[in-house]
Amino acid sequence: MGRQKNKQIIKNRVAFLDKKIPVYASFLGILGLLILWELITQFNFVSPLFLPAPSAIIVTGWEMIMSGEIYQNLSASLYRIVLGYAIGATLGIIIGLLLGFSRWFDAIGTPIIYSIYPIPKIALLPLFILWLGIGELSKVTIIALGVFFPVVINTYSGVKNVDDTLIKAAVTFGSNRLSVIRKVILPGSLPMIFAGLKLAAGTSLLLLVAAEMIAAQNGIGSMVLHYGNLMITTKLMVGVVVLSILGLSFNRGLQWLENKLLPWR
Amino acid sequence: MEIVIDNVSKTFIDSKNIKVPALENINFSIKEHEFVVLVGPSGCGKSTLLNIVSGLMSPSEGSVYFEGIDKKQPDLGIVFQDIALLPWRTVYQNVVYGLQEKKFSKQQQKEIGQKYIDMVGLTGFENTYPKELSGGMKQRAGIARALAIEPDLLLMDEPFSALDAQTRTLMQEELVTIWNRTKLSTLYVTHNIQEAVFLADRVIVLSRHPGKLKSIIDIDLPKVGRNEPQFNNKFEAYVEEIWQLIRHDAKKALKE
Repeated sequence: MGRQKNKQIIKNRVAFLDKKIPVYASFLGILGLLILWELITQFNFVSPLFLPAPSAIIVTGWEMIMSGEIYQNLSASLYRIVLGYAIGATLGIIIGLLLGFSRWFDAIGTPIIYSIYPIPKIALLPLFILWLGIGELSKVTIIALGVFFPVVINTYSGVKNVDDTLIKAAVTFGSNRLSVIRKVILPGSLPMIFAGLKLAAGTSLLLLVAAEMIAAQNGIGSMVLHYGNLMITTKLMVGVVVLSILGLSFNRGLQWLENKLLPWR
Repeated sequence: MEIVIDNVSKTFIDSKNIKVPALENINFSIKEHEFVVLVGPSGCGKSTLLNIVSGLMSPSEGSVYFEGIDKKQPDLGIVFQDIALLPWRTVYQNVVYGLQEKKFSKQQQKEIGQKYIDMVGLTGFENTYPKELSGGMKQRAGIARALAIEPDLLLMDEPFSALDAQTRTLMQEELVTIWNRTKLSTLYVTHNIQEAVFLADRVIVLSRHPGKLKSIIDIDLPKVGRNEPQFNNKFEAYVEEIWQLIRHDAKKALKE
């Protein structure tokens, strides 16, 4: 009895580390913010000129979809970003692999890459406009360039970080050089390549909007700037929402592709 | 057929350009169907020697060759200490890797691959990725991959050193069973003396700094059932004999 009196149960003092939280919690924040926003504007705490209500943005957005304005601008933007991203990513992967495989390419190419990399790419837009004209080509080029660098650097370090013992294993089981590249180095560097592709997705969106604001008649970026100048804030916000959806689906798409291509991770 | 390690020496050059001898005048041979275990304290160059025999490193002097073999390129099956399964390939795809590189037909790959997956006890895990397997199961796959090419020489570099003691004991027993079915010429490297006596037809003891051949001990015990009580005394005597050979060197290694 005396022993039971002094019983002290040891409790898990780090239980907070694995506390479970319901799924709906992640929506609570966004929903709460939207409601707060709606209330603030409904009660006219802030003028709709500076901050339009979410409901107004949705209504205006629907009108702009129906009138075809969104479609026209979005397709122009998509054309630029998809083309620029595809060119930049493809070149980045190919050149990154070359730099990783060949000591000669590495010695000659890597210093060039690293010296151009720190330049903020948008600073080169005036130069590209001078060289390539104000049309699509200069905008696609600037996006491609912005995508190229994160992809090339990640691909390069992906190749360099492939486990040596895996290469040795492949060679001892009869792989030649080409086989080692195809069956070991390429799949081994894919995770890093994807990290680069995701990084580049953000960069490409940024460059798209910047380039369209500087030099374009259409596109989401130019639309946002246009309505900003006219102080039609609701339509400006529609553009911002479209961009955020674009960025979100871009990331989701890459995530989906990664899960498809790398089931072993 | 015989694999001859002929007067092999290896010298490394360190960062200060000083020559560091790792192996000196190693001479021995592995006969057909013979299980040879290399044992020695850390720093005796046993992994270096295995790498040279594997063709993953060139010797500074001497050579390693196959005698009495018809094909141009003898097949080597290697089981790695850190297993080295390709993480993006399933167990089956890993096991048939060597067969694919040798351009075996799909049908042959399937037959041979399945045979060795069954032999190492991985039936039902063909489509599993390595990361989903335990350490012991990963190494089973590693062994199946090496066996699948039906090599002329099987090389094993401390294959069970990363496993826990219980799993290791079981894997050693299974290895004896598997080896008895395949009877491959084998060179096995370990620092574990019990393991050496349990598995070997012959134990080759290396000394350290530089790695020299200290002694070759024939293990005169039946291949199967060495852990049975009636062999206890003899088993322990071999272990003691090898330990006495290594003890002094191992102690020195500890002080470094």
